[in-house]
Amino acid sequence: MLDELDFSVIWDNFHFLLEGMGLTLWLTLLAIGGGIIFGTILALCRLSHIRLLSFVAGSYVNFLRSMPLILVIFWLYFLVPLVIGRPVGTFYSVLVAFVMFEAAYYCEIIRAGIQSVKKGQIFAGQALGMTYKQNMQYIVLPQAFRNMIPILVTQAIILFQDTALVYVVGLADFLVVGERIATIENRTIEVFLFIAFVYFVMCLVGTILVGKLQRKYAL
Amino acid sequence: MIEIKNVSKSYGSFKVLTDCTTSVAKGEVVVVCGPSGSGKSTLIKTVNGLEPYQEGSITFNGVTVGAESTNMSELRSRIGMVFQNFELFPHISIIDNIKLAQVKVLGRSDDEAEKRGMELLERVGLSAQAAKYPAQLSGGQQQRVAIARGLAMDPEAMLFDEPTSALDPEMINEVLDVMTALAEDGMTMMVVTHEMGFAKRVADRVIFMDAGKIEEDCTKTEFFDQERGERARLFLSKILTH
Repeated sequence: MLDELDFSVIWDNFHFLLEGMGLTLWLTLLAIGGGIIFGTILALCRLSHIRLLSFVAGSYVNFLRSMPLILVIFWLYFLVPLVIGRPVGTFYSVLVAFVMFEAAYYCEIIRAGIQSVKKGQIFAGQALGMTYKQNMQYIVLPQAFRNMIPILVTQAIILFQDTALVYVVGLADFLVVGERIATIENRTIEVFLFIAFVYFVMCLVGTILVGKLQRKYAL
Repeated sequence: MIEIKNVSKSYGSFKVLTDCTTSVAKGEVVVVCGPSGSGKSTLIKTVNGLEPYQEGSITFNGVTVGAESTNMSELRSRIGMVFQNFELFPHISIIDNIKLAQVKVLGRSDDEAEKRGMELLERVGLSAQAAKYPAQLSGGQQQRVAIARGLAMDPEAMLFDEPTSALDPEMINEVLDVMTALAEDGMTMMVVTHEMGFAKRVADRVIFMDAGKIEEDCTKTEFFDQERGERARLFLSKILTH
């Protein structure tokens, strides 16, 4: 059976696959950026002494972490255009879903990171006359993020894999493009083998990167 | 300069400080000593508001510490503090440790901060280490950098919270020497320490604390040479024989 495999289908459609991978990576990158920014804000709220803020942020995190990602993607696919009042395109509604969902996870990572910074460091910043914001910006968050780099990258790898779920709303990412090619060319096994191989290699590279970063940035 | 009046503080039902009253005048060096758990570190941290207190009042040059109307960041920028565990910022270089608050809090230019920073590193004998990171320095060196970091803000007073307790014995003197020179320059200092040699040499007054209370508050001569309360004598006999 193996000698019947014909991988020329990959080369013939390479630019389509490349475009699909481009979308997958672009979505991953934007979702990581947005997720970390929103997640940091959530984490600061969760750690706030203002009860209402920490309650709202905590509820948000717990709620989204109890939801399957695929459901969030589906919801926002229908909800975002309704809220905004006009169609925004599949890509943006999916991006919003990922940012909102990932922020809940990043929040918990960042919260742990902030708590990993010794109390004495905060005292030292305060004693020098730094405000809460300055202390966070120059002392706490830089150290927190250094401590968190390995787990942030791990989360990014998971996110990269999770982007395949945009399949449910038909966004042309790597997997969806591949699936279409597989159907049209009737080469399911070759295409899906190739897709699996690419995901595997990229995640493996990511994992190796985690180890490198861990050594480089360890304080 | 520092007025502490009837200050009490408790964690739940546990009283850490009970009715503490004392003061530090401009140019004065006051050593605070006492057994561990006596509340001396807590007391010194209430002076710049790192630890809140529930009763009494603390004023620094007439400004009430921890009052709603007091800008605590501004007040703290005028009081230097040195910690038991140095607390240098591990992610930035030695010179950046000293520059950071000068630039961000005092609004000095980068050049100005650099110049002041190098001056102070020179003064504590560490100008060659400016580009290194805290983890590359010994404990004694780190503590001298921490002192320089505090001085860079041109503070009106310096607080020292057990500055030599975390140091290996051979490094204690290099830190005490810097502190002695500082006292001789007329800096107002409040120093929590067990170093009775330093107290004898440098202090104007000694405060002895036990169980959250100020038990003795007298001149150095009175403290070391004359009759003292039972607890202070016991404490001294324990640490001076070593």
